[in-house]
Amino acid sequence: MNLNLTLFGQAISFAIFVWFCMKYVWPPVIAALEERSKKIADGLEAANRASRDLETAQEQATKTLRESKVEAAEIIEQANKRANQIIDEAKEQALTEGQRLRTAAQAEIEQDVMRAKEALRAQVSLLAVTGAEKILGAIVDEKAHSELVEKLAEEL
Amino acid sequence: MASENPTASEYIQHHLQNLTYGQHPDGSWGIAHGAAEAAEMGFWAIHLDTMGFSIALGVLFLWLFRSAAKKAHAGVPSGLQNFVELMVDFVDGSVKETFHGKSKVIAPLALTIFVWVFLMNTMDLIPVDFIPALAGLMGIEYMKVVPTTDMNATLGMAFSVFALIIYYSIKVKGVGGFIGELTLQPFGKWMIPFNLLLEGVGLIAKPISLALRLFGNLYAGELIFILIAILPFWVQWALSVPWAIFHILVIVLQAFIFMMLTIVYLSMAHEEH
Repeated sequence: MNLNLTLFGQAISFAIFVWFCMKYVWPPVIAALEERSKKIADGLEAANRASRDLETAQEQATKTLRESKVEAAEIIEQANKRANQIIDEAKEQALTEGQRLRTAAQAEIEQDVMRAKEALRAQVSLLAVTGAEKILGAIVDEKAHSELVEKLAEEL
Repeated sequence: MASENPTASEYIQHHLQNLTYGQHPDGSWGIAHGAAEAAEMGFWAIHLDTMGFSIALGVLFLWLFRSAAKKAHAGVPSGLQNFVELMVDFVDGSVKETFHGKSKVIAPLALTIFVWVFLMNTMDLIPVDFIPALAGLMGIEYMKVVPTTDMNATLGMAFSVFALIIYYSIKVKGVGGFIGELTLQPFGKWMIPFNLLLEGVGLIAKPISLALRLFGNLYAGELIFILIAILPFWVQWALSVPWAIFHILVIVLQAFIFMMLTIVYLSMAHEEH
């Protein structure tokens, strides 16, 4: 085993290789690696943020849903109340209207009865006069006996 | 080759001989023919195969990673970018786990060590005769394809790491602090020579152990592949396949250990005691 100049040759080439590696190989590769790890870290952080956002959004949605449910229930209750009220009002109106109609009808009926009575009375009195004429055989003077007839009609 | 039909030991020695370029004793420059000639060339010679393969693999590594780095983007990665990012992330994680200071050098250094050493180790899995035989056809006598089985390669890297250890020790603690660390512990100022001996050995042991561990593991692995290659061809697969499978572990592990220990040593250099 001879030690000779190869020793220095190796040392020199070694130094040159290390220099080249340090200058042209190491920095770009390490830079790429670091940039990628930064990218990955950013990506992970973004994913975290997104999932956090999603969570809050879901919470918000649940909250909104709950609120709208309550609101809807309120609205339904109000509507029910209002409907009941309307029904009540309508009932009352119908009642009063019915009352009014009945009164009107009754008044009319009474009027009709009165009118019929009146007519009947007149006819009865006429009939009575006619009967009396027949019986008496003479024409009762309407003018002379009108007082009588009237009295009769009134008695009827 | 030494002869047409080499003996087992000739075969092994041939496989363990680097292609050495240097000055012959007679003053002419050229490639050594055989181990003895290579040894005569002394220190001022160079292993062409080690340098060639290691530089080729280093360039392959940088080209591969650079082409991915140029197109690196923060979107969904694919193919090569995926692989490169995996490696970079793995090395970055290892560095951040162990080294708590701030340094722009250590992470790329660790990446270079890991991938480069891994690639050089992987050459061990190429059948031991493939490339040497090919080179032999082209008239090249010796060819040792695994750079990390050459101690020059591992020591060269380890000494570079050692230089960084010294540099950072002085940069962080100052010259005084560094000398103080070497001399004033563990026994206080009345035992300075003894402390210096202890700490000095500890300091020197770092690059030496770093280099020898990698070299020893790969050299042994290569040697076993060579020994298996001596066996009759019809039985080789029964041994070389399990060994190669096991060796995959060694290859990755040794690359990882070299990287990890470099990080540990450098982080120790950054720490005050």
